[in-house]
Amino acid sequence: MAKVDHSVPLEYSTEENDLKIFGFWVFLGAEIMLFGTLFAAYFTLVDRTGSGPSGAEIFEITPVLAETFLLLTSSFTIGLAIHAMRLGSKKATLTFMGITLALGLAFLSVEIYEFLHYVHVGAGITVSAFTSILLTTLGTHGLHVTVGFFWGLFIMIQIAKRGLNPETANKSFIFSLYWHFLDVVWIFIFSFIYLKGMM
Amino acid sequence: MEFFERFMIPHPSFLIYVSMVLIVLVSIALVGVITYFKLWGYLWREWITTVDHKKIGIMYLLMALLMLFRGGVDAIMLRYQLSMPENTFLDAQHYNEVFTTHGVVMILFMAMPFITFFFNFLVPLQIGARDVAFPRLNNLSFWLFFMGAMLFNLSFVVGGSPDAGWTSYFPLADVEFSKSVGTNYYMIAIQIAGIGTLMTGINFITTIMKMRAPGMTLFKMPMFTWSALIANLIVVFAFPVLTVALAMGAMDRLFDTQFFAIGNGGMDMLWANLFWVWGHPEVYILILPAFGIFSEIISTFSRRNLYGYNSMVWSMIVISVFAFTVWTHHFFTMGQGAFTNSIFSITTMAIAIPTGVKIFNWMFTLYKGKIEFTTPMLYAVHFIPLFTLGGVTGVMLAMSAADYQYHNTMFLVAHFHNVIIPGVVYAMLAGLTFYWPKMFGFMLNEKIGKATVWVMSTGFLLAFMPMYITGLDGQARRMYTYSESTGFTTLNMVSFVGAGIMAVSFIMLVWNIWYSFKNSPRNIGSDPWNARGLEWATHTPIPAYNFAITPDITDSTSEAFWDMKHKGTEIFKGDIKKIHMPNYSGVPFIMSCGFFLLGFSLIFSMWIPAIVGLIVVLACMAYRSFEKDHGYYIPEEEVKATEKQYEKRGAK
Repeated sequence: MAKVDHSVPLEYSTEENDLKIFGFWVFLGAEIMLFGTLFAAYFTLVDRTGSGPSGAEIFEITPVLAETFLLLTSSFTIGLAIHAMRLGSKKATLTFMGITLALGLAFLSVEIYEFLHYVHVGAGITVSAFTSILLTTLGTHGLHVTVGFFWGLFIMIQIAKRGLNPETANKSFIFSLYWHFLDVVWIFIFSFIYLKGMM
Repeated sequence: MEFFERFMIPHPSFLIYVSMVLIVLVSIALVGVITYFKLWGYLWREWITTVDHKKIGIMYLLMALLMLFRGGVDAIMLRYQLSMPENTFLDAQHYNEVFTTHGVVMILFMAMPFITFFFNFLVPLQIGARDVAFPRLNNLSFWLFFMGAMLFNLSFVVGGSPDAGWTSYFPLADVEFSKSVGTNYYMIAIQIAGIGTLMTGINFITTIMKMRAPGMTLFKMPMFTWSALIANLIVVFAFPVLTVALAMGAMDRLFDTQFFAIGNGGMDMLWANLFWVWGHPEVYILILPAFGIFSEIISTFSRRNLYGYNSMVWSMIVISVFAFTVWTHHFFTMGQGAFTNSIFSITTMAIAIPTGVKIFNWMFTLYKGKIEFTTPMLYAVHFIPLFTLGGVTGVMLAMSAADYQYHNTMFLVAHFHNVIIPGVVYAMLAGLTFYWPKMFGFMLNEKIGKATVWVMSTGFLLAFMPMYITGLDGQARRMYTYSESTGFTTLNMVSFVGAGIMAVSFIMLVWNIWYSFKNSPRNIGSDPWNARGLEWATHTPIPAYNFAITPDITDSTSEAFWDMKHKGTEIFKGDIKKIHMPNYSGVPFIMSCGFFLLGFSLIFSMWIPAIVGLIVVLACMAYRSFEKDHGYYIPEEEVKATEKQYEKRGAK
């Protein structure tokens, strides 16, 4: 095992851990560009509905609000999980991570329902430039949540098996950064795609 | 039978059949040789699974040279086709394919791996690190890049090459006008290689920001490391744009989405904008490291420190910001109006200012220096005037009103080759010659080397100066032929002769490697050029752990090795201790094979193997999550024994 520095939180305690957290921030920089590009494309194509429906015609506030509350709450609970991790409570960490992932799964279920609804009302991904970019932007976010779900699950298994050590703490912390980031992206989706679209 | 028909070449020709046979024969020969000499195990253990930044660097170098050959053959074919009016060597379709692959291969699969080779080989040495921040990720980056490049090259013999230009503008690149799978190859192969590049970017930013030797502040970093840092920052901010654009393009072609299609609201100009929002920063990703290499070489062979270190750094930072504000100048004539064009004209011309600062800094470094004309230096002094010429024509092109005359002509082709060849290619070859002894323990022959530079510059001038003239006279780019009455014949023939001379210079380079391998002395020590940077403070050949003692450069400048040699500054303080090293791993290679299968299957819309490929990729990621990988230690005694061997050889 590498040298452990006890003066900093567990997730930062080795040099490797420090590098991984920094590297992940840089990766999030790239992710911001990725979603930024999708948003730029969305704003370009939002009114180009061709023969298909516009956002105002297909958006429904109920599932969108449900998704928003689910994801925002999960961002809160992952914060609690990291707090519990820093206090050294394995059980509480696992509980809060479990709640986070359950909320993530619920979010995905509502989103799948939402996508089926769009296809049902004639707004499938091939209908117009608007529906293409709408479903691609939402889908990219949804895909990130899906990947995050499995990633979080793997980390939970590792914490359960190996306990809280510099490695699992580091993974959990990085996972929390990722999860918060997805939440931030969702806030932009909620404000600029749904709310603006429904106005 | 129907299943196999999709893999056929839609426009076969004699040349392609010959290539197919050659590829099969070379592959069989390669497998035969490796099997005969029982090298499979060696390849797997020492190269495929390696996490050593120096070895990964050398693999990038091999790829770059291989792709230089492929792109070079494309170039010769293009020039031969145009050397005579109404030539029938290539027909329109083949000409389209060849200029498309020439562009993609040269930019993405030759220049990119060449600079990545320098990132890998030099950056950890220049900052006094044992390896990069994420050695395993580095291996994955290489194999993703490799699979992307191989997938792209496969298009030549399976299914047909892309033919919509290296820019693949829509609607031309859509299924309606590009029916073959060629453009699918473009969208997916570049995507896979691009993911690798993005990870390289993250890796090197982390390495440079976090792993510098004690005492090395940002403004004490060697100039190449600075250029690498900035280039990788551009990578991280530009490549995601390409990722999105390529994904949208691929979806338009494979899943019938409507992003860029005409009708149903799609917008073809969105592709052009996204492509160049990545594409213009991309050229700075290539040229900044080239500037870095030239800075190292010019100060070494002027025998004085680089003039204006701070202004060199700040000019690069300014260039990296401007890089993202000029993309519209690639399509001034495509209807965004006078106001927008004017803005982008100004930003484009403004880039000449920081670039000019750099040119003057190099000249002031030369001024009153004790200049020594070695091969790398000869490349550098050819670079300065030739590159400046390319820069000046760039400013001409930046004037949006005048651009209506030059747009899509040979003038533009001459311009960007004029910056990329003396800029990037010369830097890469100069750097290769300069660092060759550090990598392989012998020098390249100076006589052949210098002759190569002169032949190359002669060929370059003959090949590209005529294009400026024919371009101004109206010869369009990407046209596969012209009539005699245009009067372009003589100049195009001169161009072809120039291209041939450039080909000769590359053969001379290969000959030089072979000749020097046979004849050069091996007792050259570890500092044959009397160089300045920290990378030269290592032994030759460099041990796996780079530095036995982590250098401390608190008391040195950005030229730590020079200070050590001439001012006696101590940089290796303390004792040899055990050294922590990362483990080798085969998982990234397997994962990249999964990506290859996924990519190939998507190109041909074969969903089941695509899912299999995806599962391989995801399984490798899951495996990585659960893996316990703590690396290993080289014990103190072993490091000491290795160091003693070097001392015995008198390498230091």
